[in-house]
Amino acid sequence: MGSTKTKTHDEQVTLLEQVIAKYQGQGRKALMQVLQEAQAIYGYLPLDVQRTVADGLGVSVAEVYGVITFYSFFSLNPKGAFEVSVCLGTACYVKGSQAILEKIEEELHIKAGECTPDGKFSINACRCIGACGLAPVIMVNEDVYGRLTPDQIPAILAKYKEA
Amino acid sequence: MSMNKVKVTIDGVTVSVPASYTILEAARAAGIMIPTLCYMKGINEVGACRVCLVEVVGGRSLAASCVSPVTEGMVVKTNTPRVRATRKSTLEMILSDHNRDCLACIRNGNCELQDLSELYGIRKISFEGAKSPTRYDDLSDSIVRDSSKCILCGRCVAACKKQDVNVLSFINRGFNTAIGPAYDISMADAPCTYCGQCIIACPVGALHEKEDSERVWAAIQDPNKHVVVQVAPAVRAALGEEFGQPIGTRVTGKMFAALRRMGFDKIYDTNFGADLTILEEGTELLNRIKNGGKLPMITSCSPGWIRFAEFYYPEFLDNLSTCKSPHQMEGAIIKSYYAERKGIDPKDIFTVSIMPCTSKKPEATRDEMFNPALGVRDVDAVLTTREIARMIKQTGIDFNKLPDEGPDQDLIGEYTGAAVIFGATGGVMEAALRTVADILEHKDLLDIEYTAVRGVDALIKEAELEIAGIKLRVAVAHSTAAARKLLDAIREGTAPQYHFIEIMGCSGGCVCGGGQPQVHAQVLMDIDLRAERAKALYEEDLLMPERKSHKNADLDALYKDFLGEPNSHLAHELLHTHYQQREIYPDSIMGE
Repeated sequence: MGSTKTKTHDEQVTLLEQVIAKYQGQGRKALMQVLQEAQAIYGYLPLDVQRTVADGLGVSVAEVYGVITFYSFFSLNPKGAFEVSVCLGTACYVKGSQAILEKIEEELHIKAGECTPDGKFSINACRCIGACGLAPVIMVNEDVYGRLTPDQIPAILAKYKEA
Repeated sequence: MSMNKVKVTIDGVTVSVPASYTILEAARAAGIMIPTLCYMKGINEVGACRVCLVEVVGGRSLAASCVSPVTEGMVVKTNTPRVRATRKSTLEMILSDHNRDCLACIRNGNCELQDLSELYGIRKISFEGAKSPTRYDDLSDSIVRDSSKCILCGRCVAACKKQDVNVLSFINRGFNTAIGPAYDISMADAPCTYCGQCIIACPVGALHEKEDSERVWAAIQDPNKHVVVQVAPAVRAALGEEFGQPIGTRVTGKMFAALRRMGFDKIYDTNFGADLTILEEGTELLNRIKNGGKLPMITSCSPGWIRFAEFYYPEFLDNLSTCKSPHQMEGAIIKSYYAERKGIDPKDIFTVSIMPCTSKKPEATRDEMFNPALGVRDVDAVLTTREIARMIKQTGIDFNKLPDEGPDQDLIGEYTGAAVIFGATGGVMEAALRTVADILEHKDLLDIEYTAVRGVDALIKEAELEIAGIKLRVAVAHSTAAARKLLDAIREGTAPQYHFIEIMGCSGGCVCGGGQPQVHAQVLMDIDLRAERAKALYEEDLLMPERKSHKNADLDALYKDFLGEPNSHLAHELLHTHYQQREIYPDSIMGE
């Protein structure tokens, strides 16, 4: 993630063109692979990237968008400097992670899958992260917070807001 | 394809069918009807809806008959308690997430899901629960999407793919799955041709045309409006279907009689506009050939094709004939020549075009179709064949008992056989050749049937002719998918140097346009709708006393008394247009 921040827009465009050139002639078959590599370059898949991929492979933007929205690995929105992952796995869910997620959405004024306008935070509603003993769990980048209640959320986020 | 035959036994009936058949096709051959919903022959054969399930003896689970091939000695049962119960619960599940506002639905009485619900005696829906998110989009002038009715059968996605436009796709996943353009934007902003093949494919009311019938009723009832209606050639080849007539029945006479009884002030045939188009377009072609203009020249009658070119092939916009489409030409003539001769203020005239096409609606609202000198639009409202059928029924007319009548005969009432065939693929080309050949040869040629450009089997047709020592190479493409193939070949330099190309946006031409009656997918298993409907037009061509556009006497008078000559200054002002490149998914769709 850190490395994508250092690439200039022009570098990203060149890299994407190289990816598409690599799969030239394969058309629709290469769509998944190209999208994965495009996301590695940009961190997400905005409209202009979708248009470039569609043009490059000879498929429509609607098809590209359809594939992106089908697979949860692909993201339409940029990730924030701090990605808040909320585990919605079974154990966390039973222990009330939905309320945690809603509290985070309320605090950051964005929905899961979105990024704050200043690029600082994004929310990722994710599947089990393997820390069920600590349920409900969230991660902010690599930091893990467990056995949470919604009222603890503002203090946790505040630490990163100031960072 | 293998012609090997296999023997299969379905519900005790043994039939010998080609080995390439599916169980569904074999059952049909055996006279056994298996219900279908997502299936559409040649377009959507995916086994998604699970309505056509059957029991294959020896098989573990039920098989989707539309995608299961037959094998030698196969024994199939289509009517067991297990099959019936499974189909019924599948239907109930589909209905549980369907907006069952059937009484107020445009497809009420003409819905494949409603038919199945009746067939299986669905009396209650056992599964009630969450409804998937819905979107109602009526922002375009052409296509309305109501996803609350959508059953995700994928027929529209497949139809759009068949057209090689691919503006509709499945988006999202699981319960949130929907069908729409990228970002689920409005059809008004999508790079859509508005061909309407998605509407033709939709088994329910999730996709339909933007309705204009109330606006037309209001104009008819307004004593200050002089309402002039015109009907496209393809309408007469399909309108009868809405009144229970067999597919391919020509209802020209009853159609005009019905319009007269509905209260239109003046009734004309778009065929006059088609004859006019031939004179303008034929002259344009000869001028381009003579003066080294841009070739190949490509026809411009099909607004679906025009939008396709504007979005996807802008480098060919100079190849397009500058001619407006026939109904726009006729509208322009009604608001000018007709208005002048009748002493009516063009602002008091309301022109209605009845079209087999959903792309004609937004065509009529284009900026270029407004006459700034007169302050009026060429065409004020466009109705599809389906809409006019409903209006005829509302009028309380027993359509099938009507006498045969014709259009009004004054000023622009006459038309020729050349115009009638405009509604079928190859028809515009053939009509143009009939006139161009006569002009070049300075003769009244008797051999006027250009059969090489007729027919629906090949999506791209070619012919080479020699007229008065001039070699003329022509091509005809129907469907935007075929247009893409042909234009790609021209772009890559692998196609011959054509002089003239006819392109129609829909396969088969206008007779199978997006505004025509929807035909049940089961009926489409047995017939080629394109060929059946085209027959009606070629039949009318043979009946016409004149079969060449330049023999139209009213047209002759129009040029003599008003326009001067083809491609004159006035003709250009009224009858010609220009095109604009359109952006595909511009950043502006994202808002902010």
